[in-house]
Amino acid sequence: MRLFSPTIRTTPWLAMALLSLPVAGGLAGVLAPALGWLPALGGDELTLEHWRTLVATPGLADMVRLSLSAGLASALISLLIVMLFLGAFAETRALALVRRLLSPLLAVPHAAAAIGIAFLLAPSGLASRLVSPWPSGWDTPPDYLFPGDPWGLGLIIGLVVKEVPFLLLMSLAALPQCQAQARLRLARSLGYAPLTAFAKAVLPGLYPLIRLPIYAVIAFASANVEVAMILGPSTPPTLAVAVVRWINDPDLSMRFVASAAALLQLAVTLAALGLWWLGERLVASLSRSALTGGRREAGDRIWAGAGGLATLLAVLLLGGSLMGLVLWSLAAWWPFPAALPSPLSLHAWQGALPGLKEPLTQTALIGLAATGLSLVLTVGALEAEHLRNHGMAAWAELVLYLPLVVPPVAFLFGLVQLQVQAGLAPGALAVILAHSLFVLPYVFLSLAESYRRLDPRWAQVAASLGHSPASLFWRVRLPLLTIPILTAAAVGFSVSVGQYLPTLLMSAGRLSTLTTEAVSLASGGDRRLTAVYALMQLLLPALGFALALALPRLLMRHRSGVLNP
Amino acid sequence: MTSLDALSPGGVPLTIAERSAGDDLSTGHALILENIRIDQGGRPLMSLDTRIAPGEVLTLMGPSGVGKSTLLAYLAGFLAPAFTGQGRVLLNETDLTRLPAEARQLGLLFQDPLLFPHLSVGGNLAFGMPRKAARKASRQTTRKARDKTIEAALEEIGLAGFADRDPTTLSGGQRARVALMRVLLSRPCAMLLDEPFSKLDASLRHEMRSLVFARVQRLGLPTLMVTHDEADANAAGGPVIELGAQY
Repeated sequence: MRLFSPTIRTTPWLAMALLSLPVAGGLAGVLAPALGWLPALGGDELTLEHWRTLVATPGLADMVRLSLSAGLASALISLLIVMLFLGAFAETRALALVRRLLSPLLAVPHAAAAIGIAFLLAPSGLASRLVSPWPSGWDTPPDYLFPGDPWGLGLIIGLVVKEVPFLLLMSLAALPQCQAQARLRLARSLGYAPLTAFAKAVLPGLYPLIRLPIYAVIAFASANVEVAMILGPSTPPTLAVAVVRWINDPDLSMRFVASAAALLQLAVTLAALGLWWLGERLVASLSRSALTGGRREAGDRIWAGAGGLATLLAVLLLGGSLMGLVLWSLAAWWPFPAALPSPLSLHAWQGALPGLKEPLTQTALIGLAATGLSLVLTVGALEAEHLRNHGMAAWAELVLYLPLVVPPVAFLFGLVQLQVQAGLAPGALAVILAHSLFVLPYVFLSLAESYRRLDPRWAQVAASLGHSPASLFWRVRLPLLTIPILTAAAVGFSVSVGQYLPTLLMSAGRLSTLTTEAVSLASGGDRRLTAVYALMQLLLPALGFALALALPRLLMRHRSGVLNP
Repeated sequence: MTSLDALSPGGVPLTIAERSAGDDLSTGHALILENIRIDQGGRPLMSLDTRIAPGEVLTLMGPSGVGKSTLLAYLAGFLAPAFTGQGRVLLNETDLTRLPAEARQLGLLFQDPLLFPHLSVGGNLAFGMPRKAARKASRQTTRKARDKTIEAALEEIGLAGFADRDPTTLSGGQRARVALMRVLLSRPCAMLLDEPFSKLDASLRHEMRSLVFARVQRLGLPTLMVTHDEADANAAGGPVIELGAQY
């Protein structure tokens, strides 16, 4: 037990190293080849030639534009929906209900959501079947391009559906920190209509607290690969998808261009963040007089209606997607205008079963390992805050967001180059570590609030009864935090299950998980099999959340104080 | 609450909990607070220099914000980083100031009972009991002895047979008594009471006061009580220090 304190004190540093070194190393690993230096592939002089090749690529401007617009538009729409929802439904039952649904919603892997939306909104999808043949008059699937419309609308929809739950969760966690309830009540008592009160009294305090999550959303949306592969246009695709195509090009010399493009992706993401930042300044200076102008009501009804409508739409989209996936996985014969397949059969499931075994085990094992590692580091880092008696430094929180803000396609590809250069075999260990880069921040964000808010008097009671810090940790803090810890584990597991790019790149395509299989199936024509894989992708995290919910209720059923703190 | 009547002080032989709480303490320690001063961000908050005799209850009174609870935090060893404390805390000649909180053997009683929700009632009592005394015996007999002590301790506070209960199923008064017994079983050398009766309703408050003060006196524990209820001070019967907003 002598080791307890030193061990705990080193974990924050280990966590920082795990998060920052691969990102920094990966960027370095992509910088050198972009300038022509990669001895393993015969590049041994510095040159700008690969940049010239990149710039000459047809459609590059469209790729950059698509990435930028998808990133900014999806973040803006998501933020708007979340704020309208919070403004319209603050202090209502609907909010409590949504709060409970959030974690499972967050757990839906991006690829599964994208596949569901593609199946719902495609010309022969569930949505057009429901309005055909009456009232639309369509006997054959209508002729519109979706998914893959050239403006990236499908991509934006797919991103919004996943970003709204994330921003909502972060906002709900931030609301108490900015005394939202008191601010709202004060403004209401001064005669401000609910949404106006929210916008003028709460939002200015809330926004700074969710700025980092918003930046993470913009970065993710501008650089995401799997959603763009499923829902985005293909000629030209978004820049991140193009980078992945070049990486996988059989012509290995394309890796130099891919490196240059990966750096360009970093620049595009930074540009998106910069544009958003400028927008923030603009809104702040424009709204300054409006904040104190004294107007009590500004289109409250319309905005509240829009908020309700947008929320309803998001719920319908998600519900419809899920329904579509289930129906397709059970469809034997499903000609176009029919709203339901008939007959229903388990044929697709039976056919998929033998092939599912390997990806399912791989996904579960990688997920468990990455979650375990992240959980240990997170708990250690949070416990260290108690030992040192002060919280996390501001720069440490930035490090936490590093893998969420730097485009994964840029630094992961750099890591692959380093791996090649060092002659290391790609495989499960590299994949697990790469998953942890993305799992750790979410596990931390999920657990930190509960860990820090645990009543300090529990620790004081234990210490005054003669218990050492180690005993306090094992016998008091961990048992009291059983439920938040299991929830954080479920969140982490779901993040790992949803990872596409780290698995693909770090295993050199040799490991297949449910997500890599689902994404590659989605580009093929077999909707039934794709639906089966997408549903399995959903099922695994759902199982995790079910366990996180059920286990403590089973094991601690005689300790109602732990279950209902 | 008839069971509490059996707990009235005077003439009753030493109880199980008290016997296990140790003959080594029978000499009785004095708690000495030597030139204690607590600053908040460089500005002095409060200061105190006093001696509490074995079995004596010293009451600290004053409006909220004068640093009463901060003083207790300093004595017990968990002063928040926003404060700095100086001065020594002594038990007879032993300087506690340099010891970590868990080694100070100061029994702390809060206004909430703070029974651990993940442990049973008996588990909470066991949590407070020191381990080393029973190292020699085999694990099984140790466990039996501990169970016996716990059962006897529960009987003393009128909760016989409650060992396996979930603490959340107890009434407020029952929880307060378990919390007190948990502190006593940990064999403290002195007691720190942080408004221990303020959350109890009037009738329970009276019972808990006599229970706590009787124990403290009989065990010869020097006790520092922080409160803003004058009735607490009267019931304690010891010296009272009024803290004003000094600065």
